Amino acid sequence: MIWKEILIRYGELSTKGRNKMDFIRRLRENIRHAFADLGQLHIRTERDRMFIAIEDEAQMQMLITGLPKIFGIQSFSPVAACEKDMDSMKKLAITIMETFKDEPHTFKVEVKRTDKTFPLESHAIQREIGGYVLPQFQNLSVKVKQPDIELRVEVRHDATYMMAQVIPGAGGMPVGSNGKSILMLSGGIDSPVAGYLMMKRGVRLEAIHFFSPPYTSQNSLEKVKVLANELTKFGASIRLHVIPFTEIQVLIKEKVPSNVSMTTTRRMMLKVVDQVREEIGALAIVTGESLGQVASQTLESLTAINAVTNTPILRPLISTDKLEIIDIAEKIGTYETSIQPFEDCCTIFTPASPKTKPKLEKVEHYESFSDFDELIERAVKNREVYIFPKKEEQQDKFADLL
Amino acid sequence: MVNTIYLDNSATTKPLKEVMQAFMVVNEQYYANPASIHAMGVEANDLLIRAREQVADILQTEAKNVLFTSGGTESNNAAIFGIARSNTHIGKHILTTEIEHPSVLETMKQLEKEGYDVEYLRVDRRGVISLDELRTKIRKETILVSIMHVNNEMGAIQPIKEAAKMIHEMSRAAFHVDAVQSFGKLAISFKEEGPDCISISGHKIHGFKGSGVLAFRKPIRWQPFALGGGQEFGMRSGTVAVPQAVALAKAARLAVETMNERSNKYRQWHDEIRTQLESYGEAVHVLSTPQGAAHIVSFSVRDLKGEVIINAMQKRGVIVSTSSACSSKQTKTSHVVEALHLDEHYKKGVIRLSFGAHNTIEDIENFKQVLAEVMLELKGEKK
Repeated sequence: MIWKEILIRYGELSTKGRNKMDFIRRLRENIRHAFADLGQLHIRTERDRMFIAIEDEAQMQMLITGLPKIFGIQSFSPVAACEKDMDSMKKLAITIMETFKDEPHTFKVEVKRTDKTFPLESHAIQREIGGYVLPQFQNLSVKVKQPDIELRVEVRHDATYMMAQVIPGAGGMPVGSNGKSILMLSGGIDSPVAGYLMMKRGVRLEAIHFFSPPYTSQNSLEKVKVLANELTKFGASIRLHVIPFTEIQVLIKEKVPSNVSMTTTRRMMLKVVDQVREEIGALAIVTGESLGQVASQTLESLTAINAVTNTPILRPLISTDKLEIIDIAEKIGTYETSIQPFEDCCTIFTPASPKTKPKLEKVEHYESFSDFDELIERAVKNREVYIFPKKEEQQDKFADLL
Repeated sequence: MVNTIYLDNSATTKPLKEVMQAFMVVNEQYYANPASIHAMGVEANDLLIRAREQVADILQTEAKNVLFTSGGTESNNAAIFGIARSNTHIGKHILTTEIEHPSVLETMKQLEKEGYDVEYLRVDRRGVISLDELRTKIRKETILVSIMHVNNEMGAIQPIKEAAKMIHEMSRAAFHVDAVQSFGKLAISFKEEGPDCISISGHKIHGFKGSGVLAFRKPIRWQPFALGGGQEFGMRSGTVAVPQAVALAKAARLAVETMNERSNKYRQWHDEIRTQLESYGEAVHVLSTPQGAAHIVSFSVRDLKGEVIINAMQKRGVIVSTSSACSSKQTKTSHVVEALHLDEHYKKGVIRLSFGAHNTIEDIENFKQVLAEVMLELKGEKK
């Protein structure tokens, strides 16, 4: 195998002065976490880049498919190595250039000679390799300024290193570098996307889901677990808090007029979330709300709902169209799960005509006749917590059949 | 009959024990409707998803492009009608060959009645189409080309890969391949051979009758003809037979896993029997060619009805068939035999033997001996 290591260029964090070491450390941990299956990775960090040592072809393929999902990486390149003699170097250069199919490309060779005892000087190496590669590929032409492909050659003390391919990363910032928030995960299309976007900005997430058996089925809960698990692919583990919500919903249905019951339901949820948030030490609440999408997401509704807390509520999708949200959901692989048709706690007890402009005073008035706080405390206390990614403990029961 | 030697595996095969076992378990434990939303339905659906993925992997396509059907005939019908009827904006020209299975030919005849222009490619004496003829027949308005991979009556192999390349370069036509006789014996996949659509039957690969697959390379313009509850991505309504699907997926996996090993065996048997047949000189004409599929040996005894030989062999415990099981009850000469332009003397007596996973070297030795006896006996009778 010619491959030796993968070079990773940092995303935005390259520009962030003092916190840089922290960012790099987080990125390294997130990479280790994402590739826990591969065993202990050898990662070497430098100020502006990071190297992962490659042991075999399979490991390399896993890294190449997985790294584009991890935030905080601007781009990465597989690096090959060979003996420090011109023949091996020429041969390796050809092998690398062969990976660029037949489309026309401009290219140049860039040489760095760290090992000054190497007999040829940088320019000579550059000329020799360039002159050897060029006639062998009809699709290549030389361009010194901004070529499509830069074949980078570095003669180090132990070997000669070479790379050309630059694979784009996910950008953003390493998950965890911007604190922790709690995501309200309903099981629909929007909330996983909202979670993804916050993770992209370096936010570590815990998720919370409201479960109302028997009105919502085990299937709807399973679906949410799958979604939480999907989100962990972007470089961090996620805890999912499942709140038993039946009691509260039933009380709301009994005591609050149906046209504002939805507003009250959202308010109670937010109260629950805020308590859990405080317990786990998260700083903000993340929702998938998009302005005007449904009755609970008008400015008036948001205001009435928001009134129960001072905690920042982050709504990364607030100005996004449904179709744009679906696009992202498809891209990150949550769409197919989200559209499975199971009732969630927002779709049961939905009144025929919920108020799109609820008045806060009125809602508060209706709520004042019941003691929700006790139920809320109980719901928070009785919540179940699941940790993702789930270890593959489940044995394949279908294996014998197929 | 003692010690029956079954050599009619191209008509149908005996299901493998492992396949029957899986079928039983699925019927006992995962019998729920996979479209139901309760836990049992979800579990059955999970199993169905796995079966579909397994078939998709083997054919090198995505799971969403794999439909489970009731068998080869349905797959062929669905493919041809579905493609023909939804592409009339491009044209109504269809190409196929004169030696297709009746489930293709009869469908084509129906389309002709509906105003489609169907042309039939000829085959040479080896039963193989000419790529040159294909090239001259493809038009801009050709919407479908349907060519079988291996002929069921005499084993000729068609140049699928070359045809696929030609069809895709020269037209917008979809290329359907009836792989019922080839799957599990020859490599066939979307990535390698490059057709747009493949039909497979479960019972030809030691799975069950009443199960098949219609698979696509990628989603194409296609019109379903079984309408209803929208199962199988809306492309084939009707409650999905999960046990059949699982059995087929398992049979397909086993077939592909053992393919090389079996092919080598079949090839050796094929060559040995051919040598013996050729030793009878004028009395026997071998229809199968050494370039054809190894698992089918088709031959004809001069001036004799096939039935006579079948009966003579059966008396000795060997089961073979006339050229194809489907048409064996008809008295007229098969369309494949006609297409090969056989000498009149050889048209009536076409016999096909076809190997399967259960056959052993002893079976073949016995068959060779029975063949020798029967030939001797018939020689006497024929004066």
